[in-house]
Amino acid sequence: MLDQDFWREIFQSINKNRTRSLLSGFTVIFAIMLFTILFGLANGLNNTFSEAFVDDAANSIFIRSGRTIKPHRGLQSGRRIQFRNKDYDYIKSDFNSKLEFISSRIYQNVFASFRNEKNNYQLRAVHPDHKFIEKTIVTQGRFLNQLDIKNRTKVIVIGDLVRQDLFKNEKFVKGKYINLNGIPFKVVGIFKDNGGDDEERKIYMPISTVQQIYGNNDFVDQINLTYNKELDYDGALDFGLDLEKALKERFVVSPNDQRAVRVFNMAMQNKGINQMTSVLGILILIIGLGTLIAGVVGISNIMIFIVKERTKEIGIRKALGASPQSIISIILVESIIVTTLAGYVGLLFGVTLLELVAPSLEIYFITDPSVSKTMVFTATITLIISGIIAGYLPAKRASQIKPIVAIRNE
Amino acid sequence: MLKIKNLHKSYPIGDTKLHVLKGINMSVENGEMVAIMGSSGSGKSTLLNIIGILDEADEGEYSLDNVKIKNLGEKKAAIYRNKFLGFIFQSFNLIKYKNALDNVSLPLYYQGLKREKRMERAKFYLKKVGLLDWSSHLPKELSGGQQQRVAIARALASEPKLILADEPTGALDSNTSRDIMTFLQKLNDEGKTILIVTHEQEIANMCKRIVRLRDGIILEDNLINQLRIKV
Repeated sequence: MLDQDFWREIFQSINKNRTRSLLSGFTVIFAIMLFTILFGLANGLNNTFSEAFVDDAANSIFIRSGRTIKPHRGLQSGRRIQFRNKDYDYIKSDFNSKLEFISSRIYQNVFASFRNEKNNYQLRAVHPDHKFIEKTIVTQGRFLNQLDIKNRTKVIVIGDLVRQDLFKNEKFVKGKYINLNGIPFKVVGIFKDNGGDDEERKIYMPISTVQQIYGNNDFVDQINLTYNKELDYDGALDFGLDLEKALKERFVVSPNDQRAVRVFNMAMQNKGINQMTSVLGILILIIGLGTLIAGVVGISNIMIFIVKERTKEIGIRKALGASPQSIISIILVESIIVTTLAGYVGLLFGVTLLELVAPSLEIYFITDPSVSKTMVFTATITLIISGIIAGYLPAKRASQIKPIVAIRNE
Repeated sequence: MLKIKNLHKSYPIGDTKLHVLKGINMSVENGEMVAIMGSSGSGKSTLLNIIGILDEADEGEYSLDNVKIKNLGEKKAAIYRNKFLGFIFQSFNLIKYKNALDNVSLPLYYQGLKREKRMERAKFYLKKVGLLDWSSHLPKELSGGQQQRVAIARALASEPKLILADEPTGALDSNTSRDIMTFLQKLNDEGKTILIVTHEQEIANMCKRIVRLRDGIILEDNLINQLRIKV
């Protein structure tokens, strides 16, 4: 039945009834276009949210120290708590099973110069693991490694904006030397960071080198770590609390002292973000379903209309010997073709429109609005299937119309 | 060719039934040209619909070419219609987006004929009705008489045993009506069996036999001297 002649019948019918085909196609075009645009915008909003928190790994914990504000066990308040290398070692060994990466951090402001270019930058003295915690993207050369820590080598990894400041258009600067406060350091790598411009104006140096050159001590400003990803949300919260408790005991600080030892757990923040994204997800789902339902309703109406309009033709065909089955298939296949083509056109319209307006939408917190192809494909298939289901009943009814009744239908 | 025995048909109207055919008995032999006459409401269209397998009788027997027509189901009815019958309607009933040739070849499509064969045969019958030069024209580009000729070509194309015409001249002026009737007479001369439903005496006079219906029964059934018009 589905031979060449059948297709010729279908295409003749579509082609010769252009207004009808266009009108029914238009609904589908509109539904898919709307679906694409709304879904794209919602995705863009979602992108903005996740991008806002990509600076650091989502499972990080930052530990800082300050002065005590409460007296504890005979010790007065106002005492300064100072982390040292041994505290880093302590966390690393005692909480080993719950750790993924860990790094100490020391902040230092440096005056950097290369030939005639000079500028002030923040120096971060870190361990090699820092790369993973901060999600540093090394674009050239390498990051710091364990040998650098061991040998206290005078090497640095600079942000891409530092390179632009000091080296201007020179792209490959690995192996060049920069003066930091008068001491030359060798550049071993360049990095980028999604955290923004500020993050790319940093210089990384082995922590051991900094401790020797700038203080000759083993002080540490901050300890950053990421917890084992196998920990669930509650486990991560517990880990943060355990860590805080252990450190407070270690430094003889009151458990209620909020200043002396501060553990900042991203898991706490992530909870809010997760809630936000899941609400967005539900919103997206509702939008998607809504447009799809609207599309399906539209298609059903059109099918009823088409069958009504074709009643006489159906009657004539039946009088000439068309079987009910051939009537159903001719109507359904025609609607499937129109729906598919229209769905594709709607997709093109939607995507084009999204791409055109995308750049101007960033002020509305919509970043890179786009729809996955699978999503649209699924939507179109859904529309087609619902078109078939919606069209089947009217087509079936049409096939059962008595030819006389249909022919008299003026 | 065609045998009808004690045929009854009624239609429900609200709670009551309208008894349209109240026991029809008739038969038509090969090569006849029969006019079924009657005023509106006499049951002539209902009879034609039953003969055309477009409708089914409540009671009685109907056989066409020695095949009993009863409880056929839609699919079989479609096949029988296609094989046995050629329809000509008052309002032509051409498919408006198909040109003359495609309209004529449509019943052949439902016979499952190959496209080449269909086109060949459709052309043959378009030529027969004198409209070969109009084969690529759409119905709306043709006059009423021409449309009815295309419809006749379509009825002939499937090479049916019986041609059924429901007021074939009802929408045409008298000159064109005569042309169409003359053409049908010619077909009858060639051996086609033709059944025409009409309420016009002039049209009926051009047939060989007149069956008069009134209130669902056959009032009279006479052979007549066929009126021939020289063209």
